[in-house]
Amino acid sequence: MKYAHLIWGNLLRKKLRTSLTLLSILVAFILFGLLCAIKQALVGAVGLAGADRLIVRHKVSIIQLLPENYQARMLRLPGVELAVHQTWFGGIYQDPRNFFMQCPVVPVEYMAMFPEFILPPEQLQAWLATRTGAIVGRNTAQRFGWKIGDKIPIMSPIWGRRTWEFDLVGIFDGRDKGTDTTAMFFRYDYFDEVRQTQNFGKGLVGWYTIRVKDPARAAEVARLVDQEFENSPAETKTEPEGAFVQAWANQIGNIALIVAGILGAVFFTILLVTGSTMSQAVRERIGELGVLKAIGFSNGQVLGLVLAESCLLSLLGGGLGLGLAWLFIARGDPTGGLLPLFYFRGQDLFTGAGLAVALGLATGAFPALQATRLRVADALRRM
Amino acid sequence: MQSGPLNWLAQLAAVTRFGLMSLPQRRGSVAATVFGIAGVVLVLVGVLSIASGFRRALVASGAPDAAIVLRSGADSEMVSGLSREDTRLIAEAPGVARNAQGALASAELFVIINLPKRSTGTDANVPLRGVEAAALRVRDHVALVAGRTFEWGRNEVLVGVGAAREFAGLEVGNTIRVGRESWPIVGIFAANGGVAESEIWTDAKVLQGAYNRGDSFQSVYARLVSPGAFRDFKDALTANPQLNVKVVRQADYYADQSETVSRLITTLGVMIAGLMAVGAVFGALNTMYSSVAARTREIATLRALGFGRGAIVVALMLESTLLAVGGGSAGGALAYVAFNNFHAATMNWQSFSQVAFAFAVTPHLLVQGVIWATGIGLVGGLFPALRAARLPIASALREL
Repeated sequence: MKYAHLIWGNLLRKKLRTSLTLLSILVAFILFGLLCAIKQALVGAVGLAGADRLIVRHKVSIIQLLPENYQARMLRLPGVELAVHQTWFGGIYQDPRNFFMQCPVVPVEYMAMFPEFILPPEQLQAWLATRTGAIVGRNTAQRFGWKIGDKIPIMSPIWGRRTWEFDLVGIFDGRDKGTDTTAMFFRYDYFDEVRQTQNFGKGLVGWYTIRVKDPARAAEVARLVDQEFENSPAETKTEPEGAFVQAWANQIGNIALIVAGILGAVFFTILLVTGSTMSQAVRERIGELGVLKAIGFSNGQVLGLVLAESCLLSLLGGGLGLGLAWLFIARGDPTGGLLPLFYFRGQDLFTGAGLAVALGLATGAFPALQATRLRVADALRRM
Repeated sequence: MQSGPLNWLAQLAAVTRFGLMSLPQRRGSVAATVFGIAGVVLVLVGVLSIASGFRRALVASGAPDAAIVLRSGADSEMVSGLSREDTRLIAEAPGVARNAQGALASAELFVIINLPKRSTGTDANVPLRGVEAAALRVRDHVALVAGRTFEWGRNEVLVGVGAAREFAGLEVGNTIRVGRESWPIVGIFAANGGVAESEIWTDAKVLQGAYNRGDSFQSVYARLVSPGAFRDFKDALTANPQLNVKVVRQADYYADQSETVSRLITTLGVMIAGLMAVGAVFGALNTMYSSVAARTREIATLRALGFGRGAIVVALMLESTLLAVGGGSAGGALAYVAFNNFHAATMNWQSFSQVAFAFAVTPHLLVQGVIWATGIGLVGGLFPALRAARLPIASALREL
């Protein structure tokens, strides 16, 4: 570290050039942060899926409904600990653009299945006491400024073609940072009673979630469930929650590939810009490097000096960029509701720091090697 | 030295030529700038071509003289429902075109089935549509490209070319299993790149039976006598007390469906490319500053000879703009080669099903890319050019 002063001095020699290079590195790392958050928002749920949970849906497609009595049949199967159902309500709050999911569920068993939804016990009690009660996730409650006690009108084009009014009795939080708290849940008994009067869909539910006793035997349980309903009018397809969520994300497209492609283009560009600046900086300094060598600096030391300079530049730019990205991402979803799970993961920060080091080494390597190959006599002549 | 616009132009040409001739000496930083700008344009055009391709697939689906009728309150076919009686009343409404076989109105059913996506191997929601005989007339450019059309009343299906390309196992001669029924694939059809190409078609009556739908439908697609007949058609249906329906032009219906996805992609694409452009401006500034620094004495000499500040500023900005436009064009060309007509399928949230589409690098996008590049070049050239013009001649001449 005794050369820190020298390295710093070299960076400050052309302040304008250094700051411009620093800024382009900074921009690259802001982009890195944003793209990580976008990717997280689109495919992040895959990593949070419960390893002990299976999703059971109609074999033909998820829009086909399943009989409600499948629940009891599933619970009788060995290895099944809990089974709960959900149904797509597809309601609209004021405008179709205000999209969020609503599902009728059976409160106690549903909350037991999803411990990642944290609902205060008194709110759960209130829910059990209110037939028209509904609970909503923190994200959606904040988005529309809802408070407990509000009446929420939701128009459903599927169920009854009318506006349902719910009493908001609870707001749940996510246990983990990435838990999706955009959904609204209301009581299945209320739902079933109202739809009976319309003579549509009675006794049918959308899909089931099963908790298995032993995650290691999840595949076996999935097979048992599908066998149980084979050759019935409503055959099922059962798969681990993670696979289901992954398939769902794949329906949008190969997001990981697109993000990687863009980041590749960004870093390739920055590598060129920074690399050319570093070689220019070294070229201008050939004479001085010759002097350093003449007074006894080893090749290794010269190499270290140049690499330290490029790494310092890239770490400064990278650190500032990641910091700015973090600040921006912390403000939440920039698209107004399309990407509710927009956040920066700690591990992406580490990847970013690693990238900054790699960028510093890559941009410094070529000029540094050039510097070590210098012959003192030639270099001094270039003063 | 004489003055006047001609002389000024001559000065400009001379300075620009000097600049361009010295490019090879600065090839490292010049290449970095050009590649940097090419990268910006590549990403901008590439990402926006996804949005424009998706929009094009949906817009290609709606003819101006065609309408779609849904249950009132439904914004997609998925949540709509119409009875046989409703569809009969709709077909008889004023404004509907007719031919020898009757009204050009097709009452349709729309469901989804799971099929594995070729690119990922995981299940995707593929639309399965039950149609009536008029379906081919109410949509533009529907044509059989392989096999034959299905026989009415049988479990046979036609597959859109987009669906055949994106989902596994949809070749003529294969059979799709839906529940306990088997559906042989008898033909492949094209629909001018529209959404119908992502669908699987069969006889509506057969599909009603397979899905226990009784005699109900979800939508009516109708061809009108002219685009202007829409008003009458809509008024007649909405005024009819026996009906509770919503009538939209097909073009508007699909434009609306493309909105969410194209808005998301456009927002993100412009945000990403905008940031990259800022980075590229810094790169361009670097190059041009070093270009000015390398030519300090040259510029001072020219100024001493009587060259004007204006000519020098404009020449330097021209140099940086030319580099930028070169990079931008290269990026645009690369985007065209890499992404135009690249086939993909994504989720259409409104219909809850997959839409196969091709990325579209349109002339409009390419122009947009070059405009961005020009902007980067102008900004990147302006400040260094101003610095060059302000150089004090005497001291600059002394500089080595």
